[in-house]
Amino acid sequence: MQLAFIHNLGKYFVFMGSLFTNRESFKTYFKLTIDECVLIGVNSIVLVSIVATFMGAVTTLQTAYNLVSPFIPDYVISLVVRDMTVLELAPTIIAVIYAGKVGSSIAGNLGTMRITEQIDALEVMGINSSSYLVLPKVVASILMYPLLVIIAGILSLTGGYLVGVLLNIMSPQDFIFGIRDGFNPFSIQFALIKSVAFAFLISSISSYKGYYTQGGALEVGIASTQAVTTSVIAVLFADYLLAQLLL
Amino acid sequence: MIEIENIQKSFDDKSILKGISGVFEKGKTNLIIGASGTGKSVLLKNIVGLVKPDVGVVKYSNRDFTNANRDLKTEIRREIGMLFQGGALFDSKTVEQNVMFPLDVLTTAPVDEKLDRANFCLKRVGLENTNNKMPSELSGGMKKRVGIARAIVNNSQYLFCDEPNSGLDPQTSILIDNLIKEITLEYNITTVVVTHDMNSVMEIGEKIMFLFEGHKLWEGNNSDIAKTDIKELNDFVFANRMMRNLRDS
Ligand SMILES: Nc1ncnc2c1ncn2[C@@H]1O[C@H](COP(=O)(O)OP(=O)(O)O)[C@@H](O)[C@H]1O
Ligand SMILES: [Mg+2]
Repeated sequence: MQLAFIHNLGKYFVFMGSLFTNRESFKTYFKLTIDECVLIGVNSIVLVSIVATFMGAVTTLQTAYNLVSPFIPDYVISLVVRDMTVLELAPTIIAVIYAGKVGSSIAGNLGTMRITEQIDALEVMGINSSSYLVLPKVVASILMYPLLVIIAGILSLTGGYLVGVLLNIMSPQDFIFGIRDGFNPFSIQFALIKSVAFAFLISSISSYKGYYTQGGALEVGIASTQAVTTSVIAVLFADYLLAQLLL
Repeated sequence: MIEIENIQKSFDDKSILKGISGVFEKGKTNLIIGASGTGKSVLLKNIVGLVKPDVGVVKYSNRDFTNANRDLKTEIRREIGMLFQGGALFDSKTVEQNVMFPLDVLTTAPVDEKLDRANFCLKRVGLENTNNKMPSELSGGMKKRVGIARAIVNNSQYLFCDEPNSGLDPQTSILIDNLIKEITLEYNITTVVVTHDMNSVMEIGEKIMFLFEGHKLWEGNNSDIAKTDIKELNDFVFANRMMRNLRDS
């Protein structure tokens, strides 16, 4: 069990190394990366938006429900929502969604290419298939995921605002005041650093799982599921590690 | 011409190829035959460099491919075309993009030149007006044709086909077999076909290598194949009733 883990980890690092050897021209990668960016955006924007909006709305409701004391001013609610959104909800919860949508699709796509010998076809042509197929996905993830997190953050706060104001929990002025009060700009930086790390982990782990699929359609399904599970665990672990290191 | 010398390959201590040598001649359709699971595909993968042999050497026209440096490997790879069992078409690309793909990555030719060449090859394999179809819209036989067009588009000197007629009806199988044979003659290339299909053997087997459990047991052509006293080969050849009836009549 431990041996298998170490074996996989080593194989994963070798795989990562292979992405940077014997590459195609920059122009080829540029086009592939743009295509992947579009695909990632189309794949995930709707779900991410829905989840983020509700996340903000529910957090506002629950915070308001818990802060009933007359000594705590209303604006604390939006302050709490803001800190939770920026520090944890947007980068980390959306990462779980992202792993489920984009990670599983990456693994399924590469797994299918493996079992239908499309990867072998690339190799016979002398193309470094891991680099050709995986590098654009990883780069596109690193570019797109922070954008998704920013959108998710904005939508989450919007969701909070709508619920807070429409349900008369607090006044618009209080909400805005709470959003600004004691704001630490580093929390945005921290969220973006986390986003880049999570995007790298999810895309590379999912690629690894897909690329080394063996067998048939059933194994492609298993690879997809494993890609999600493994990347989510890696994300949560990295989340803890980064908080420990940077906060 | 391709020469292989003493090719051995094991996976996880399980020996699959136990020292196979032979020559595949230019201008001929060279067959590798044998029952399923004997290592035909593994041998083919060793020859094209998808798998590195544990022992042994593969030579393309006297150039050592197995121990070649990167430049020579790239040079030889550019001369190789391969048709995979299921076609292995890139399913996110159209037929035209699939056939043009080797030119896109291996050459610097202008787009209209590449397009002309791709269309020429598609026409050669009998496919017109399918340029904008996706692989999922094609029948099995059409996929193989596109696969062949993609394999020869870069003027390949060596053509490899793994089970070119698996999953096809007998008539389409023979069409594909003959297409491969015609292309081999027309362009005077070295073609290696892996098959377990006796119809193909009788149809296009001008040079045949018979594998059994990782060994090469016999070599010859389709007029000799029924006249040996090698038990394993006879079991393979006469597995089907029609062949047995022919022999007994
Ligand atoms: N990558 C691999 N790893 C482990 N075993 C393999 C691998 N490829 C093929 N084999 C094994 O090698 C044997 C021969 O397979 P193959 O060459 O595909 O047979 P066939 O003659 O039907 O083409 C099979 O037992 C198969 O399980
Ligand atoms: Mg096979």
